[in-house]
Amino acid sequence: MIRGLGRRVISGVSRLGHATFFLARLMPALGAALTRMRLIVQQLYMTGVLTLVIVVVSGAFVGMILALQGYNTLVRYDAQSSLGLLVALSLTRELGPVLTALLFAGRAGSALTAEIGLMKATEQLAGMEMMAVDPLSRVVAPRFWAGWAAVPLLAMIFSAVGVIGAYIVAVGDLGLDGGVFWSQMQSGVSVSNDIMGGLVKSVVFGFVVSWIAVFEGYDAKPTSEGVSRATTRTVVSSSLAILGLDFIMTAFMLRGL
Amino acid sequence: MDRPTSTEPLVAVRDLAFYRDDRPIFEGLNLTVAKGSVTAIMGGSGSGKTTLLSLIGGRLLPIRGTVTVAGEVVGALSRKALFALRRRMGMLFQSSALLTDLDVYENVAFPMREHTRLPETLIHDLVLMKLEMVGLRGARALFPAELSGGMSRRVALARAIALDPMMVMYDEPFTGLDPISMGVIVKLIRELNDALGMTSIIVTHDVAEACTIADYIYLLGNGRVIAEGTPADMKKTDAPEVRQFMGGLPDGPVAFHYPASRYLDDLLMANQS
Repeated sequence: MIRGLGRRVISGVSRLGHATFFLARLMPALGAALTRMRLIVQQLYMTGVLTLVIVVVSGAFVGMILALQGYNTLVRYDAQSSLGLLVALSLTRELGPVLTALLFAGRAGSALTAEIGLMKATEQLAGMEMMAVDPLSRVVAPRFWAGWAAVPLLAMIFSAVGVIGAYIVAVGDLGLDGGVFWSQMQSGVSVSNDIMGGLVKSVVFGFVVSWIAVFEGYDAKPTSEGVSRATTRTVVSSSLAILGLDFIMTAFMLRGL
Repeated sequence: MDRPTSTEPLVAVRDLAFYRDDRPIFEGLNLTVAKGSVTAIMGGSGSGKTTLLSLIGGRLLPIRGTVTVAGEVVGALSRKALFALRRRMGMLFQSSALLTDLDVYENVAFPMREHTRLPETLIHDLVLMKLEMVGLRGARALFPAELSGGMSRRVALARAIALDPMMVMYDEPFTGLDPISMGVIVKLIRELNDALGMTSIIVTHDVAEACTIADYIYLLGNGRVIAEGTPADMKKTDAPEVRQFMGGLPDGPVAFHYPASRYLDDLLMANQS
């Protein structure tokens, strides 16, 4: 059993090494891709805009649930006027970045992996290479940039929609005062700490999820089974990476480092 | 059919060795492709024909020996020089390898857009000229998923000649086509080669088609060239390997059976376990 565990750790570490080498090879292509914004914008539409619906709907529900649950607890201490603050802090610092990244990994990350993996399986990447076109800068880099940029943008939308959802429940259903809801939020949420902290997290998540997605796609075995495994790995590794990194970043941020 | 082909080599493979997972694919391979010719490289499945194209295109590197294309040693080139050389080569993949998110027009325009700064009107004219050559000008708005196998191979051919290459490599161009599409491809390869002054390398196991269009044939086996010559020479030869391949005989020097332990032992083993 210990041997099996050791083997798993070694294969995990060597995979991380492969992914890092891949990232190093991708670096020059990333610069080249910036000169062709059209491709990035196209991918931003494919990954970002098409993920918008699921992010907006989830954000609204999460905000509404937070309002219900938060009210339930706060009302015991007669502190329900802080509901707006509670919801806003939870969303901007934690739930917005984390849930958006998880949704993004499931919706867009898996699609990125499958797309690149299938392009490899159908020799499209090899074909490009033979046409003297570098698939890293033509295919992978624009998708990586777009995914990286999409996650923070989507996380902000998630948090904003969540706050609106909470407002609807709190003021419309639970009978809280709208003015108190907003003013508590305005005085309690700090832009430099809470909002920027959340933004930093989602930038990191965007980088990691996009990296995992394009690496798994590019590294996939060029068969149907290989692509399906790679897609699964993208979602699983991304989710674990998001939660693990979130813990580390939260620990550092709360200690003021 | 006697055509004037220069004897100057465009591609020269010298003492090439290549291994895949310690399994030798090539061992001391030598062959030459004359400029302006249509050269067929034949051999059974698994004889490394497609690998040879990857070596010529620089996607794989030889363990030993050299591949020279247009005077340049492919394995020794920098990435930039290799890409410059590849712009002068076209390659037709067995799977066509068309970009599935682009339509036929954009697929043919793809190499022009990537490598040139031509104005849109010129690209338009060039794409239509290439598509006209393969008879698919009317199909320009279709997507790869809407094409038949023969049509997508013709689109891939139009794309392969988009930048007027000096040479086109065809990987199994006749496989999986109906007789009419096959006839079209055979005719196109020969006509494009002669009309555009290109050199063509065809990797195939279709004996009849190869004999129709090739100027020269190499037969690969056991990692080497086991026979070479004009189609007429190849048909006449007495060498058993060549006769087996050209005649399509199921058993001969190339054994029907994959190497295995003794049949009886194998059966008895199953009974014991």
